[in-house]
Amino acid sequence: MAIMEKVGIVSYGANIPRWRIKVEDIASIWGKDGKVISKGLGINEKSVPSFDQDTATISVEAARAALKRCNINPQDIGAIYIGSESHPYAVKPTGTIVGEAIGATPDLMVADYEFACKAGTAAIQSCTALVKAEMIKYGLAVGADTSQAAPGDALEYSASAGGAAFIIGKDNVIASINHTISFTSDTPDFWRRAQRKYPSHGGRFTGAPAYFKHITSCAINLMRNAGTKPEEYDYAIFHQPNGKFPVSVAKELGFTYDQIKQGLLVPYIGNTYSGASLIGLASVLDVAKPGDRIFLTSYGSGAGSDAFDITVTEKINDLFRENAPSVFQMVEDKEYIDYGMYTKVSELLFWE
Amino acid sequence: MGEGVARFWREIPQRYNFIGDRCGSCERIFFPPKESCPFCRRKSMGKMKEIKLSGKGEIVTYTIIHVGPEDFEEQVPYPIAIVKLEEGPQITAQIVDCNIDEVKIGMKVESTFRKIRQDGSTGAIYYGYKFKKRC
Ligand SMILES: [Zn+2]
Repeated sequence: MAIMEKVGIVSYGANIPRWRIKVEDIASIWGKDGKVISKGLGINEKSVPSFDQDTATISVEAARAALKRCNINPQDIGAIYIGSESHPYAVKPTGTIVGEAIGATPDLMVADYEFACKAGTAAIQSCTALVKAEMIKYGLAVGADTSQAAPGDALEYSASAGGAAFIIGKDNVIASINHTISFTSDTPDFWRRAQRKYPSHGGRFTGAPAYFKHITSCAINLMRNAGTKPEEYDYAIFHQPNGKFPVSVAKELGFTYDQIKQGLLVPYIGNTYSGASLIGLASVLDVAKPGDRIFLTSYGSGAGSDAFDITVTEKINDLFRENAPSVFQMVEDKEYIDYGMYTKVSELLFWE
Repeated sequence: MGEGVARFWREIPQRYNFIGDRCGSCERIFFPPKESCPFCRRKSMGKMKEIKLSGKGEIVTYTIIHVGPEDFEEQVPYPIAIVKLEEGPQITAQIVDCNIDEVKIGMKVESTFRKIRQDGSTGAIYYGYKFKKRC
């Protein structure tokens, strides 16, 4: 894949709902040992969307945060791609709502993306290519989800809500995207059939042949292309369905815990699906300095990975990062709810 | 398309982006926007100019809803406030993302994009502004 010069991230924003439920509180309802489960998953608590939050509202708030940090005219955004597996409508793109709410309509391309938890990174790739081809000035790529899990299912401990938005362009690039590459296969580790509310998964099958194989293959291919080694990166971000997988895959590839710490949010907010690796990237950009090198590999069940080699530029010092809350500020700004409230807000009482 | 959907669609600019208008004759600002200025009447015709309001303001007064209307029953108790926008107009809106006892007269607030209501599980979803404590 060709080296992409000067195309990259111009601004970024994230959004995490304020409500949290503790993994221990979910476990106690099902008669399980919460401490053991929490430790086993590497998740303390997860974010829960309120009655009035969904993928559209999270995407809009994240996109508005990105716009607050820079000085671009929303009318110069020529494409919006929203990656999610919980679009509020089955038919009617979330991107239309986001485009209108940020003032980017009507002269732009819009489509919703779906690829389990990696649809947001796929959106970044598309925007990068369109900017590079000079078809658009700026593109907005969002990864956001309000994921659902069946009551009592193992995923109930992790499925959470949040998202991040990235403006991709050529001017005032704060983090250039040097290389990106993908790795895709037909692997039935996790799926949700049309018209069903909750997903199904292949149990233990979700590990080795799915998450680990795709991420390691994609990451190794990217480093081969970029001519880089793990130790050359200041930060690394991996998809984080739980607190254990990203730590293991990082170690397997030769990255240290120090490299992944800043982008590892799953212990505090759970698995935000399409938002997961991208909220991690937003968190890294919250603290990154010029010259820092960032490695990111997402994973989407089904299955595939997208990997990115990113270099932070001097322009990050000109970005108004303080104009929107940092990821860790949003992690701290929380309110706990109990399982009863969680059930009510998740509409579990009214399902199907 | 039902009347609810059509009306909502017409109101998207104000509901999503705080588009109000200003009378070119007396400079008063209106939100929601008005076709003509009630003070200048005929003099304002053709002089009403769209403006985008900041979505920032402060709470003038509020009440806690304990018995909500049909679509809001599940959310009770929740605060509803009259918010005076920085540009002058006052509007009624729901306050979110804070504990009920945190809501105070004079509290500085800013808008946040939320789901307002939906036509059951098969109908349209209506989005718009609510307010949260300004950070
Ligand atoms: Zn007037």
